[in-house]
Amino acid sequence: MNQSDFLAVVLPFKDKVFRLAKRLLVSREEAEDATQELIFKLWKNKSKIGNYKNVEAFAMTMTKNYCYDRLKSKQASNLTLVHSNYKEKETSLDKKLEYQDSVNQVHQLIEKLPENQKIIIQLRDVEQYDFDEICKMVNMKPTAVRVALSRARKTIREELTKKHNYGVS
Amino acid sequence: MELANIEKLLEKYDNAETTLQEEVALRNYFTEGNVAPHLQEYACMFEHFSNTKEDTYKRTINLVSKKSKKLNFNWLSFAASLMLLFSVYFGKQEYDRYRAVKIYAQVSKGLQLLSTNLKKGEQAVAQLYKHESVVNKALK
Repeated sequence: MNQSDFLAVVLPFKDKVFRLAKRLLVSREEAEDATQELIFKLWKNKSKIGNYKNVEAFAMTMTKNYCYDRLKSKQASNLTLVHSNYKEKETSLDKKLEYQDSVNQVHQLIEKLPENQKIIIQLRDVEQYDFDEICKMVNMKPTAVRVALSRARKTIREELTKKHNYGVS
Repeated sequence: MELANIEKLLEKYDNAETTLQEEVALRNYFTEGNVAPHLQEYACMFEHFSNTKEDTYKRTINLVSKKSKKLNFNWLSFAASLMLLFSVYFGKQEYDRYRAVKIYAQVSKGLQLLSTNLKKGEQAVAQLYKHESVVNKALK
């Protein structure tokens, strides 16, 4: 496998890897570093790529594990995560801005979810993988995946409703 | 799609029972605009999902860098194990030599003690012979 073959395999899902990394690691820089690192790891193991039935699923699993490791080492070194793409707007008279605000809130709400729910909602609702693939990626049983996804969706929606009813906190 | 239908799908969606096609239908409904007011939350969610999906990895992929760091560590462990091996080997030799010297010193000290004591005994015995010969002469 030469470089162009490898890139042909990797390029279609590099954005998905990046977005998952960004969901977990929050900062864009971190996610970019992680993506680079992961693609480089795949490249080093390119001889084995032929053996995997689904390189994309394998890459997503790798991403998940890599990000977990990063997060663990972060916690150990006591660094806090900062998210970069949420903008707080105190007063938004414009209806459109208000709506935009709620959209940004979804981002924050997802950030507060437990790690596995975060991953699953990312894989399903953003990347639109089917359940079989998600099960493989996160190494969980289908029912567990469904329960986690359902919980994540409900939590987000309920939190949003709460915020709308009581005004933006 | 009709509102009743959408609501039914949303219930399934909340229970994570929708198929990918049904989710596409929901996505289309919510991104088309004119969303029913009580479903506004879902619109936010779907909007967020599609926004997120537009984010892409913009750096160029680099397939050659960062090799040295890992390699260094490998060599370091190799060198360390080699050092340990050598130091254990030479250390053992040195220790053996040290012990041999110590044992030699102890043995020679012991032998010396033995020889001085033997000498003492010999003198005493020689004196005894002298006494005996004198006594014999006197008795004859």
